[in-house]
Amino acid sequence: MAAELLRESFEIQGRNYDKAGEVSGEIKVILRDLGIEAASLRRLVIVAFEAEMNVVMYARRGTLTLILTEEDVNLEVRDEGPGIPDIELAFKEGYSTASDEMRELGFGFGMGLPNMKKNSDELKVESEVGKGTLVVAKIRLNSNA
Amino acid sequence: MKLSEIREILQCEVLAGEEDLQVEVHQVVASDGMSEILAFAKSKELMITGLTNIQSIRTADIAGVSAVLYCRGKRPDKKVIEFAKQKRIPVLITQMVMFDICGILYNKGLKGVS
Repeated sequence: MAAELLRESFEIQGRNYDKAGEVSGEIKVILRDLGIEAASLRRLVIVAFEAEMNVVMYARRGTLTLILTEEDVNLEVRDEGPGIPDIELAFKEGYSTASDEMRELGFGFGMGLPNMKKNSDELKVESEVGKGTLVVAKIRLNSNA
Repeated sequence: MKLSEIREILQCEVLAGEEDLQVEVHQVVASDGMSEILAFAKSKELMITGLTNIQSIRTADIAGVSAVLYCRGKRPDKKVIEFAKQKRIPVLITQMVMFDICGILYNKGLKGVS
């Protein structure tokens, strides 16, 4: 396994719609300043943003950990929330359990998880109903350049 | 097509990025669903939406679009405009509705992304 160049964790507050997306914006700046090439950067910030929005919309709180190696960028998003009862169904494009409030924000149209899958090289979702969800995504650098 | 031309054609008001209107756009992504924008934008498009909250600019930043155009006269809050300026994303608004905007721009040669 390639050596870690950077590991940083960010707190995400559930239901704080004003700040929703801030962590992903911050990650974009950090990685851009480190010179990560544009195509990989774009993919990973989309994954981070969708994951962050899911935490804000559904969970009480969450933590996003960014791990950069020479070969890839890994995102681990762990939340304390309701969990996902049927993960396979949640990955179906168009399937959504979003409230009207979430839809008014422009989210919850059943594209979040599919977007995350499309933009990751590896994506793993583990969830326990009533406890929370863990999302682990890997984006290889230069893989889509 | 330059943003300055789009401003003329759609009779837009420019809320941010007056200095960046020479930027060229060739493709358009139009939706009120932010995940739709993220799914289809490839970067450097014109993003058209009726959603004027802070998430619209966050999405524009994450998707890497060149500019945001708000339709049907919807005006974002001051803090949204400030955030767009900070991210250096030009923001235009027009009174026209989404359907008309897309039709006009399509006729002028702009294409959607798919």
